[in-house]
Amino acid sequence: MGDPLVIAGKSYDSRLLVGTGKYRDFGQTRDAIEASGAQIVTVAIRRVNIGQNANEPNLLEVLPPSRFTILPNTAGCYTADDAVRTLRLARELLDGHALVKLEVLGDAHTLFPNMPETLAAAKTLVAEGFQVMVYCSDDPIVARMLEDIGCVAVMPLASLIGSGMGILNPWNLQIIRDRAKVPVLVDAGIGTASDAAVAMELGCDAVLMNTAIAAARDPVRMARAMKLAVEAGREAWLAGRMAKKPYQAQASSPAEGLIGKTA
Amino acid sequence: MDIRLTINGAERRFAPPITVRGLVGEMGIEGKRIAIERNGEIVPRSRYDETALADGDRLEVVVAVGGG
Repeated sequence: MGDPLVIAGKSYDSRLLVGTGKYRDFGQTRDAIEASGAQIVTVAIRRVNIGQNANEPNLLEVLPPSRFTILPNTAGCYTADDAVRTLRLARELLDGHALVKLEVLGDAHTLFPNMPETLAAAKTLVAEGFQVMVYCSDDPIVARMLEDIGCVAVMPLASLIGSGMGILNPWNLQIIRDRAKVPVLVDAGIGTASDAAVAMELGCDAVLMNTAIAAARDPVRMARAMKLAVEAGREAWLAGRMAKKPYQAQASSPAEGLIGKTA
Repeated sequence: MDIRLTINGAERRFAPPITVRGLVGEMGIEGKRIAIERNGEIVPRSRYDETALADGDRLEVVVAVGGG
């Protein structure tokens, strides 16, 4: 195939990144991620539940960092300071691991990103040696600012986190893709396989999703559907689609040799 | 006299002296993959033994959980 996704100098065969939240249990988490073929999986960082059963299984035992690239996120952070602290903890937790997903939210209702706080956090994190993949609005100017700061990937939303509304503004995603020199990942809003395929057909480098898989009736089957959709969309992008010819029908079969005509 | 520590937002009392290593033992999370911040600064795992806790310290103790 020879078409790797390269993020911060590291190559990945899969262009589907998946979250690990909202699954029924760790068994389903593992099965869905296996079916998705994803190599990069996101995790959240949360306070230890004090007094919890010491034998309770740990997510990182189910998804060993030796096998998956663990991408700690800052989901739920509303300030640059909280996001930076969370990722410093994540780096310690993951033995110095530098690749992270930055997201700073601006509003609990829409979960839209707060871009001024995101830009501030990105500056600090890049200066501290983190490799920052950043959740952002689908604004090409903001995407360029994040790239200029040194983020290793920009990840504009397709629509609201967890909404499954699909790609609301394909034109903005395309503008971001056309101008960016770092990988562009669609993050948030994917609802079903065709959304993922469209993202890839727009030329995006990869897709990150969680709820679209975890909230499907059969998450493991949807994980496989997403794997195929991302692959199909990527292949279509590389193949180069035919030109659209509005209102110009063109038969695929020859016009000559039809029966019942006078010679 | 006991020292007061705020751990993950809740105040708890411990008999001094207590190190970060001792606290991890008291919390029953020895050997788990965790990370600790003390008063806003990361405490590297290699320094748990030598880091003594003081009255009023604020600690955050975290793990990785499922998320998107």
